Amino acid sequence: MNDAQIVLILASIVAQSAPLMLAVTGETITERVGVINLSLDGTMLLTAMAGFVAALQARKWLEPMGIEGNTLPVLIGFLVAALIGALAALLVAWGSARLKQDQVAIGFVLTLLLADLANFLGQTFTRVPGPSVKHLPIPVLRDLPLIGPVFFDHDLMIYGIFLTVGLTWWWMYHTQPGLQLRGVGERPESAFGRGVPISLLRYLYTGIGGAMVGVAGAAYSLNIKLGWSDNHILGIGWIALAVVIFGGWHPLRGVLGAFLYGATKAAATVLQQTFPEIPVVLFNTFQWLLMLGVLLLVGSKAIKQLVETAPPAIQRPLAAALRIAPPRSLGRVIGDD
Amino acid sequence: MENALKRIWPAVPVILALFSTTLLIMAFGSNPILTYGAFIEGAFGTEDSVLNTLAFWIPLLLCATGLLVTFTAGLWNIGVEGQLVMGAIGASWVAIAVAGPNPSIPAWIIIPLEILAAMAAGALWAALCAVLKTRGGIHEIFGGVALNNLAVIFTNYLISNPWQPPRGGSFTKTERFLDTALIPVVGTSRFSVLSLVLVIVALVLIGLALRGSSWGLRLKAMGKNLKAAFIQGVPSEREAITGMMVAGALAGLAGAVRVLSWYDSLRQSIGGGIGFLAVLIVLLAGTQPILTAFIALVFSALLNGGTTVQLRTQLHSALSGVIQGALVLFVLLFGDYNQVFRKKSETTPVETAHE
Amino acid sequence: MHVELRDIHKHFGPLRANDGISLTFEPGHIYGILGENGAGKSTLMKILSGYQAPTSGQILLNQQPANFASPSDALRRGVGMLYQDPLDFPPMRVIENYQLAYDNKIMLPLRQREEDLIAFGKRFGFTLDTRAYVDTMTMGERQQMELLRLLALGAELLILDEPTTGISAEQKTALFDAMRRLAQEEQKTIILVSHKLEEVQELCDEVSVLRKGKWVGSHPIPCPTAEMVRLMFGEELPRAERVSCRVEKTVLKLDKMAVHTYHLNIDNISLDIHEGEVLGLAGLEGSGQQLLIKGCAGLLPLYRGRVMLDDSPVEGQRSPFFWLPGLSGIVFSGGFAAMIVRLLLGQITGIAAAGELTLAALLAGAIWLVGTIIISWTSQSTYHAFQQRGGAYVPAERLEEALIPGLSLTEHMALATSGKSMLVNWKDAQDEIARRIQQFNIKGQPQTLVDKLSGGNQQRAMLALMKSPLRLLLLEHPTRGLDVTSANWMWELFQERLKEGTAIIFVSADLDELLERSDRIAVFSGGVMSRMVNTTDTTVDELGHMIGGGES
Repeated sequence: MNDAQIVLILASIVAQSAPLMLAVTGETITERVGVINLSLDGTMLLTAMAGFVAALQARKWLEPMGIEGNTLPVLIGFLVAALIGALAALLVAWGSARLKQDQVAIGFVLTLLLADLANFLGQTFTRVPGPSVKHLPIPVLRDLPLIGPVFFDHDLMIYGIFLTVGLTWWWMYHTQPGLQLRGVGERPESAFGRGVPISLLRYLYTGIGGAMVGVAGAAYSLNIKLGWSDNHILGIGWIALAVVIFGGWHPLRGVLGAFLYGATKAAATVLQQTFPEIPVVLFNTFQWLLMLGVLLLVGSKAIKQLVETAPPAIQRPLAAALRIAPPRSLGRVIGDD
Repeated sequence: MENALKRIWPAVPVILALFSTTLLIMAFGSNPILTYGAFIEGAFGTEDSVLNTLAFWIPLLLCATGLLVTFTAGLWNIGVEGQLVMGAIGASWVAIAVAGPNPSIPAWIIIPLEILAAMAAGALWAALCAVLKTRGGIHEIFGGVALNNLAVIFTNYLISNPWQPPRGGSFTKTERFLDTALIPVVGTSRFSVLSLVLVIVALVLIGLALRGSSWGLRLKAMGKNLKAAFIQGVPSEREAITGMMVAGALAGLAGAVRVLSWYDSLRQSIGGGIGFLAVLIVLLAGTQPILTAFIALVFSALLNGGTTVQLRTQLHSALSGVIQGALVLFVLLFGDYNQVFRKKSETTPVETAHE
Repeated sequence: MHVELRDIHKHFGPLRANDGISLTFEPGHIYGILGENGAGKSTLMKILSGYQAPTSGQILLNQQPANFASPSDALRRGVGMLYQDPLDFPPMRVIENYQLAYDNKIMLPLRQREEDLIAFGKRFGFTLDTRAYVDTMTMGERQQMELLRLLALGAELLILDEPTTGISAEQKTALFDAMRRLAQEEQKTIILVSHKLEEVQELCDEVSVLRKGKWVGSHPIPCPTAEMVRLMFGEELPRAERVSCRVEKTVLKLDKMAVHTYHLNIDNISLDIHEGEVLGLAGLEGSGQQLLIKGCAGLLPLYRGRVMLDDSPVEGQRSPFFWLPGLSGIVFSGGFAAMIVRLLLGQITGIAAAGELTLAALLAGAIWLVGTIIISWTSQSTYHAFQQRGGAYVPAERLEEALIPGLSLTEHMALATSGKSMLVNWKDAQDEIARRIQQFNIKGQPQTLVDKLSGGNQQRAMLALMKSPLRLLLLEHPTRGLDVTSANWMWELFQERLKEGTAIIFVSADLDELLERSDRIAVFSGGVMSRMVNTTDTTVDELGHMIGGGES
């Protein structure tokens, strides 16, 4: 394998991981305000379909008006996807806040329902070719050695995802509203006592997070895995949920998790080509084994004991690095202790 | 007036759900009456279809019965789908590795062996999920989802490699099992009396155990508050593992029924979404066995009718799933009268602020 | 700021938490609101601070009527409340806590705020580490932080809700000094809500007493204690006579016990307790008492040392199959080694080797899984062994840690006896719990769900479910949140147990209770246990200082 091939592989890892990064960032925000959106898998299927179909239809409507090209239809597709993603997340939040139902239950039912809905509504559009995002290398940066082709030879959508993730991190940790966001998730009563409109912020950030998840879903059908078919990207939502946990509810670490996943997929492809004798299906196990592995790393008692017996000086930074605790208002939903 | 509304309230979300799906059907240009008629015809139209609806109902109810146990214990056993698949694999192994080379062994030896293998396989797969939770800190939903996928991948591996049909072709199923390995069915349907007996026995046993045994009480305590149950003397790790294993065994049994009577070989789609459907059923029915059986029958009818619907109206068979999901969602969200019409003054300020 | 409460009513359904209360507060003075638990003090203050709206009545600030939409709204008008459990954000830093909701700008002027905060704190003699995480701070420090925040945001009226629970003597002095300074020098209005007579006498200029939701009287300080007691209770409190039941036989022996956790360690604890003896554990919350108790009960693993109950160590039952996971490791290593050897000898290719390794891993995994299942079936946790040997542990959080919400009393009874048979005899369980309901005077039916019982009745239910006889009873804050009558009644129950030979270790924040009920007291401070003192040899003052970490 020569250098050019390695660069290609790295670039494809970046591209493949981008939608997952976005979904993870979005769900991180949602969970940071105390809402766990288990409907992720179904939502992303639905938004993948809806985004694609919307773009397709938009192109059909715009052509007679003289507007050519893919950019506007694709944009419309993403907007529709964002809207649907936000609505799904808001439904989970509303159902649990107003109607006191279990977030896990609503999320789970929704994930099945939305997946079926995606297959049902998308039936006329399976395997239909459609618009996709245009390739757009950044002129000067693209020629930098190594990092140039890996990071700057993609398209507007992927650059947008990088920007969004960076913006989210900055927002959460370097602004006043971000501080409020974290406060709402850590201890709603205190936030309420300080006049933070927790209800408003909860819905706002759940909506924003859901919108990001929606766009991530469409990012597949409009960029990475073009088009639509039955159960197009099944399973990716669950991976995203696991990566959020692995990421310790911190946007940057979630990005790391997404890259890890992308790298695993790439490794699987490479290994498959190098060892064609190994049955293909075995490589499909990688992503699930990885999911179990990362969750073990952050969840197992053995690791916790290791931290507890560490010398006090490094205990706190070690625990922070392994980030074992979810935001307090979320812990009651998925935590047992 | 308010009392009357309260009494008929349970029906309201159901009506709302059906109303929404009717709109959906109409949006696709189909006649709703025709569509619902196709459902009913597909499920109950002929003698065979009635038997087939029952035949599908059986593994569904087996899984749901197992889920009654885990839900009582407060566990989200989403992995039941994978446990069913592993059970099917277990049964298939006996069929292929034991019965295949020894066609002279009679069915009354093979079939119990297959059932045992299936239940053991399902139980162990469930135990794995439980241990990942208790020792590894992995929430059972994630463990379940991962193990589900791994089970399906394993199935695909088996079908395309060691158990591939000798005549080649596309690897979507194994070769048909020997007659001695299959559960006898009634006529041209897929219904088997043996399976019916098994599911009734299972439902009755589990229903009684959950209500009247110490084990059931311990599970209930765990489900309400795990920490306090431990303080009260309940060995929570043991009961969690055992509860999951019971559910896994029943799911495995469902897998055996699927692969030995509904089908005649191991296939890629052996799961059929039955596990997830069972979770929906138990979400709807709570921990009541009779209601669970009834709702399972309704869901089975919906799913079976779905194929006829696809033939008649060209609507995607996922419509069944949409109806089932909508039903559960609406009931979950709006089923509790008191919650829907809760007045604001009855809440504390922080609660109100959460709305 | 002149503050007036006019005819405040607060009803929760039929319960009248506040029943027509009218009070006036002038600037430059410190007022005490005194009353029993459940008298309505907290409710009244929650209304005044904007957390709740009254059912009827008015609040007037400087003669202007005021309707608060929320606590932060009230703070904007100058009313700030320091809660018993300060509403802060434990996983975040002091400076972030201080800054949160400060204003609505985008950027975070953290460094500026830090300097402001430190300077501000100096004015009142508070020194704060602005970079510290709140969950590592003591209660007293958290209070100081919150006070500074309230003052910085312009509080003119400060309400302190039971502020001295859980803080050291030194911190209390600092707090009271600051309050006096605020009142006299800055003309703030201070309200102290408490159920402790001495504190009210020490700090306040005037005291108002609430009883059962009504105002029963106000009196300038100095006020004779008897008068305050009369207002609070309406009658003289009977002082229980204490007879020690301690006999010679040792029940519990701790031998160099150590328990280590993420937050705190305790080391080298050695003591012995006799039958019928009561050991009280004093100290600030989180100083190690809970670790000792949980270590004895087997809920936390011992880092070192032993716990001996009736001369034999409290240990869980290790499974006879404990070696199974080890076997799986051996199988895997064996397979791995064999594979390496064959690979090196060229007997198999790389792919086949990987395949064999996978198989070995799967086999080892299967053995490990089966082993874990069997072990879970054949082992017993230390805590359950402790229970079997006659130990009982009663946690502080009744509903979250001990009783099971959603289960009825009958079900709890059946659960307590569930080890004996497979089937539940519901009739027997119901009869038995009905008997105990009578005996323990619980206001409830066998079929009542425990979460529907009042706090006091839940406590009684917990005691009613305990086995008899017991060897060792471990209690965390047994009378927290209970009124005096219930607390006394509870200790009468414990007395009966003591006569049977049970030993009791209890944790309490109430020094009076510790002095009144214990034979011996040990003080925990920062993870270190003091020597044990005989109750008859010590005083509240001495204990208070030991708790603060002072000399003993």
